[in-house]
Amino acid sequence: MNNAPPVLDVDALLDDRTTQIIVCCGAGGVGKTTTSAALALRAAERGRKVVVLTIDPARRLAQSMGIGQLDNTPRPVAAVDAESGGSLDAMMLDMKRTFDEVVESQASPEKAKQILENPFYVALSSSFAGTQEYMAMEKLGQLHRQALADGSHDLIVVDTPPSRSALDFLDAPERLSSFLDGRFIRLLLAPARGPAKLMTAGFSVVTNALTKVLGAQVLRDMQTFVAAFDTLFGGFRQRADKTFALLQADGTAFVVVAAPEPDALREAAYFVDRLTDDDMPLAGLVVNRASPSARTELSAEAAITAADRLQSGDSSSLTAGLLRLHADRVRIIEREQHLRERFAAAHPKVPTAVVPAMASDVHDLDGLRAIGESLSSQGSDGD
Amino acid sequence: MTASADRPDDWPKVRLHVVTGKGGTGKSTVAAALALALATSGRNVLLCEVEGRQGIARMFDVDPLPYEERRIAKGAPDRDGRAGQVHALHIDPESALLEYLSMYYKLGRAGKALDRFGVIDFATTIAPGVRDVLLTGKVYEAVQRPRGGRHKDQITYDAVVLDAPPTGRICQFLGVNSELAGLAKVGPIKTQADKVMELLRSPRTAVHLVTILEEMPVQETSDGIGELRAAGLPVGGVVVNLVRPQDLSPSALAQVRDDTVDPTAVTSELTRARVDVDAGLVGSLVAEARDHAVRRHLEDEQRELVEAERVPTYELPRLASGIDQGALVELAELLRHQGMA
Repeated sequence: MNNAPPVLDVDALLDDRTTQIIVCCGAGGVGKTTTSAALALRAAERGRKVVVLTIDPARRLAQSMGIGQLDNTPRPVAAVDAESGGSLDAMMLDMKRTFDEVVESQASPEKAKQILENPFYVALSSSFAGTQEYMAMEKLGQLHRQALADGSHDLIVVDTPPSRSALDFLDAPERLSSFLDGRFIRLLLAPARGPAKLMTAGFSVVTNALTKVLGAQVLRDMQTFVAAFDTLFGGFRQRADKTFALLQADGTAFVVVAAPEPDALREAAYFVDRLTDDDMPLAGLVVNRASPSARTELSAEAAITAADRLQSGDSSSLTAGLLRLHADRVRIIEREQHLRERFAAAHPKVPTAVVPAMASDVHDLDGLRAIGESLSSQGSDGD
Repeated sequence: MTASADRPDDWPKVRLHVVTGKGGTGKSTVAAALALALATSGRNVLLCEVEGRQGIARMFDVDPLPYEERRIAKGAPDRDGRAGQVHALHIDPESALLEYLSMYYKLGRAGKALDRFGVIDFATTIAPGVRDVLLTGKVYEAVQRPRGGRHKDQITYDAVVLDAPPTGRICQFLGVNSELAGLAKVGPIKTQADKVMELLRSPRTAVHLVTILEEMPVQETSDGIGELRAAGLPVGGVVVNLVRPQDLSPSALAQVRDDTVDPTAVTSELTRARVDVDAGLVGSLVAEARDHAVRRHLEDEQRELVEAERVPTYELPRLASGIDQGALVELAELLRHQGMA
């Protein structure tokens, strides 16, 4: 390949003690969770004290890591080779519990109770589409503070939620901040604070409109919630801003995960551009599920022509079948190669690692080890 | 519906086809192919997307879609060569909210004030579920649109295909209205939410799941079917996408698997087909076929699991050339031959 991008040196990244956080992001269905777990395991077996925060792992993989249940606390993963002095803890994000804990830690018990029971809070904390992103950020912040305080971990690997767009993860804190600073919150708080000078004509138009659309009861629930939440807002915003700053810091490395498909690579390209714009530390791109390369040089066209010749006489020819399979394989490889080259042409400096598709899903540590091996042996796999 | 289809399809009563699937299974491709398959014999079909991806515009190679119904393609023709029309709509929550407010509440000035005070932004990004309520609300409007209604220039559709959020979120997405109806116990929102739920739970809706023959997507499909049923949402069919080529006959596949392929026979056939046979070629071709046989075997295991779900299934091949409009028509025809449309 002429336009080959630089190779992502995974082991150098993992062995670098200044790497404290690795964030794996990308479109849904590209193997982010598996990549995060494989990176975490490899780092642990190379001597790092790792915690991996997963969002929605496949059941059997979660079980094999000992996190079959959602419990929001890092649990040690057994059967990790600890010879180099490393360790691996894993946890699965429980977004509601994380949200509840933040409320409980910030408010007086009385106030916390009031918030936790508000119907609006219940809906917000359990079903709002962006809550997972906020809470993944929040948990990351918590883990990092704890690691600094007690030295329990020196590397945090984060899997990001299966968002509509990979960018949602980055946008979450900003969105929260701008909302909390917004006029709408002041509007909702107005009745609680009494008839202040905020109550302009515009406000009453809006309040009336909201009552008309939402009904008075929903509006009241929202107002109670916001009023109870008011004192917490400062804390929330500060934490969100801090976590965002943490993501921009030198100890963080973003690994963008993709599959050799147009949509996944397009999403990866958006993400890479965004990271560059926001001055975020990008480690590189991992392309999962690459099709296995062909075992012989015969071109797809030659194979198809030959298969056609054979099948004009005998439609069930085994050899014709072999030739067609080969042609299909070559075409898929060419297409994937073309997609990767297009990405590399637009982003020539992004270090890349390509991981071939496994025959079956990864359900155990051996499978994760094999992926880790393949991630770090780029360019040396002879075929 | 007065149109005569090629053959009776499996979903004659369905007006709203919801297409979901795990990320990476090609659900948008299947939604587009289904829309093309349904748009036959003069029928009008609306293809909606709700995830802000502009995937429809890319697949059909048109400019990014606005919040406006656009005719984007002719459907797949019927036996008499008569096609229908596929229209597309990119639903974004902000526009849907403003439209909703002006349609149902005639808010006028207040609508603008809401925007100025950040209410629109709040409602569509932060407020629990509102985003999904708006998206499903707009789809509901397109499905329920009366013929010759208020706006004469509005098209009424014979079918609406929704490229929906992925399987992991589908129940939350479709069920959001029942949750909202619970949150708002009275009022206009509750009335609207109840009406949307009624459509989504009726036999006029079918939720189809797209999968590939791999363990996790199949597991997720099976979980999804269970969750949809538990939520009282009508499960449609399973579309098995990206199926590997079936170029080897069962007997050939067995020979490859059992390692009983006769290399001299292959060599002589290759020579007959005027291929330069070198030392490694036969071995390489057979080794590639063995890789393929391993995958086929895994696919067959997963296929059995899909069939055990006892819902209609349809299969679409993986096309080595990728997806363009020609490929979509090809897939549409395959869906129609199998009775999905």
